[in-house]
Amino acid sequence: MNAPSRIVRRKLDLRNGCVDLSHGSGGRAMAQLIAEIFHPAFDNRWLRLGNDQAVFDSPPGRLAMTTDGYVISPLFFPGGDIGSLAVHGTVNDIAMSGARPLYLTASFILEEGFPLADLKRIADSMGAAARAANVTIVAGDTKVVERGKADGVFISTAGVGVVPPGLDLSGDNARAGDVVIVSGTMGDHGVAIMSCRENLRFDTDLVSDSAALHGLVDCVVGAAGQSLRTMRDPTRGGLAATLNEIAHQSGVGIRIVESAIPVRPEVAAACELLGLDPLHVANEGKLVAIVAADGAEAMLAAMRAHPQGAQAAIIGKVVEDEHHFVQMTTAFGGDRIVDWLSGEQLPRIC
Amino acid sequence: MKYVDEYRDGSLARAIASTIRAEARPDASYRFMEFCGGHTHAISRYGVEDLLPPNVRMIHGPGCPVCVLPIGRIDDAIRLASMADVTLCTYGDLMRVPASGGKSLLQAKARGADIRMVYSTLDAVRIAEVEPTRKVVFFAIGFETTTPPTAMAILAAERKGLNNFSIFCNHVLTPAAIQNILESPEVRSLGAIRIDGFIGPAHVSTVIGTRPYEFFAEEFRKPVVVAGFEPLDVMQAILMLVRQVNEGRAEVENEYIRAVSAEGNVKAQQIVSTIFELRDSFEWRGLGLVPFSALRLREKYGRFDAEKLFSIETAPAQDNPACECGAILRGVKRPVDCRLFGSVCTPETPMGSCMVSSEGACAAHWTYGRFRQHVSNRERAAQ
Ligand code: SF4
Repeated sequence: MNAPSRIVRRKLDLRNGCVDLSHGSGGRAMAQLIAEIFHPAFDNRWLRLGNDQAVFDSPPGRLAMTTDGYVISPLFFPGGDIGSLAVHGTVNDIAMSGARPLYLTASFILEEGFPLADLKRIADSMGAAARAANVTIVAGDTKVVERGKADGVFISTAGVGVVPPGLDLSGDNARAGDVVIVSGTMGDHGVAIMSCRENLRFDTDLVSDSAALHGLVDCVVGAAGQSLRTMRDPTRGGLAATLNEIAHQSGVGIRIVESAIPVRPEVAAACELLGLDPLHVANEGKLVAIVAADGAEAMLAAMRAHPQGAQAAIIGKVVEDEHHFVQMTTAFGGDRIVDWLSGEQLPRIC
Repeated sequence: MKYVDEYRDGSLARAIASTIRAEARPDASYRFMEFCGGHTHAISRYGVEDLLPPNVRMIHGPGCPVCVLPIGRIDDAIRLASMADVTLCTYGDLMRVPASGGKSLLQAKARGADIRMVYSTLDAVRIAEVEPTRKVVFFAIGFETTTPPTAMAILAAERKGLNNFSIFCNHVLTPAAIQNILESPEVRSLGAIRIDGFIGPAHVSTVIGTRPYEFFAEEFRKPVVVAGFEPLDVMQAILMLVRQVNEGRAEVENEYIRAVSAEGNVKAQQIVSTIFELRDSFEWRGLGLVPFSALRLREKYGRFDAEKLFSIETAPAQDNPACECGAILRGVKRPVDCRLFGSVCTPETPMGSCMVSSEGACAAHWTYGRFRQHVSNRERAAQ
């Protein structure tokens, strides 16, 4: 993102203008787009320097690094937009390692014809989300593709963070006897998105739970200490996918109890209507933690004391199982497997 | 949500379960078929079988519209969708059904066929309206529940004067299929499967009522209890069937009085009969040709009939020879009897249609119940 040259040029029409192919060409138009939309939104000293890369000192500890692409539709939804989501998602992926997220990069694929007003709204929302999460967007890239070759805007973000010394969380750490805790209600994000999809559209006050979780993570790590095995944010594929991943990575089974899993009545009702299982629906502001039994109560209390974990609950435990099944006692009183979602054609939700 | 929770209450379920246990004679065994995929799904998802005594068993029936659609019709749909000027609209669950030669609609879409997933028939009408240069075909499947919406869509297209909208009609009828199972050699002469009674469909019966089942109850001496799709409905229906068997009755009873009447929805039936007529016979996967078991558009609505417009002649197509869907749909085999189950065939790579739809017996057992098999293997090994 280079700084603009000093040629006299009319300002971008941020009200009625739209992205055209010149905005991705590497020329003045692109420089102007960056200068008038992205720089003000993300403002920091690395961007102001105008180099092709950001150079910074790293604090002691191991680095955590991740990347994620965002293709959500619709771009603006109750509780957030693609910009805030692109920050929260990547911040959370870093935070789940127990790391403190520090720096992000952002890459934009814009479709020709995309309204500049929307682009500005998205960039501003990204900037605000980054500031709130205490991370800095230090580098970026913009490409424009012809109309019809993308869907408005796609964003990729990458991030790095620093893991405090002594902490080693990993999906293969779960052991029989450990306890499974979720930080709050399941399925809010996915259902909020689906409620505003053109061909579904149903009325609900529900908003996405999209949020940066590093604060809650600090709290959890502080309270659980060495008894914490792993954390994960149950995004795409929902709680079901996350628990299955952990069961396979650790070579264990997981048993959960349906009536213990927090699900908002609106989410349950919408899932009923759409034929979905809330355990398959995405979250963007919740985490699942596996913790040794002796640390579970302390951790639950710490989570509940944090606003993002007020509805945290113990939902089950890790068991020995050579088949690595995630099994659930249904509220009805029977047993069933909780499987990965397979094949259902779900809309783009992240 | 309150409304739904009432029908999933664990303590009520345990109460019904203990009544079933008390009333089922220990020296007898009870085998009931739930006709509908909706019931199959509920039984697996809520673990209903865990609450039943061992001498009460459920047999999964053929009432999953995706599962009974013969391969030849999917081949037809792929051929249709591959025509340059055709837009095929379909429900999502048909996308992955395996067709001949390892093809599927999903693959055809990836290769450029214009296939759109819709949530309702009216979505397809809307597409035809806004894209007048496309020939929009709706891939209509389903039992009596989905037929009235298809009829409404045709009426809407007629009202709007659309000449680029048509239906590829695969609507089938429940009573004809139940009769076919009861007349099959396995049930009638071979005695290979015993069915002591049926759980009758929920949603289908809201349309057709309970009267059409009276014939089986009388002719075949089998009790039928029409039940809702909630797990407590199923439990209650099982109890009612156990009682009928114990008392030597074979009647049609209605557990689902909150939605189903004897006559059904007469208005919906009228709309359907304005537009559709019976086919002499139609192929069902697993059951073969079943007489008077499906609908086609009446002559008068021929201009909305994709079969006529595109001269579709369904060619016979072979299922994967190792796939046991046919026998499973007739209740002769169980998913675990298929040697592809869970090895080659899973919901990610379905070899047969029973593994595609969440209402299919194989998919329901794989997704919710496959731990049972390991439990029983372990018990067997321990003995
Ligand atoms: S497991 Fe697969 S191949 Fe076997 S019967 Fe079921 S669908 Fe057919």
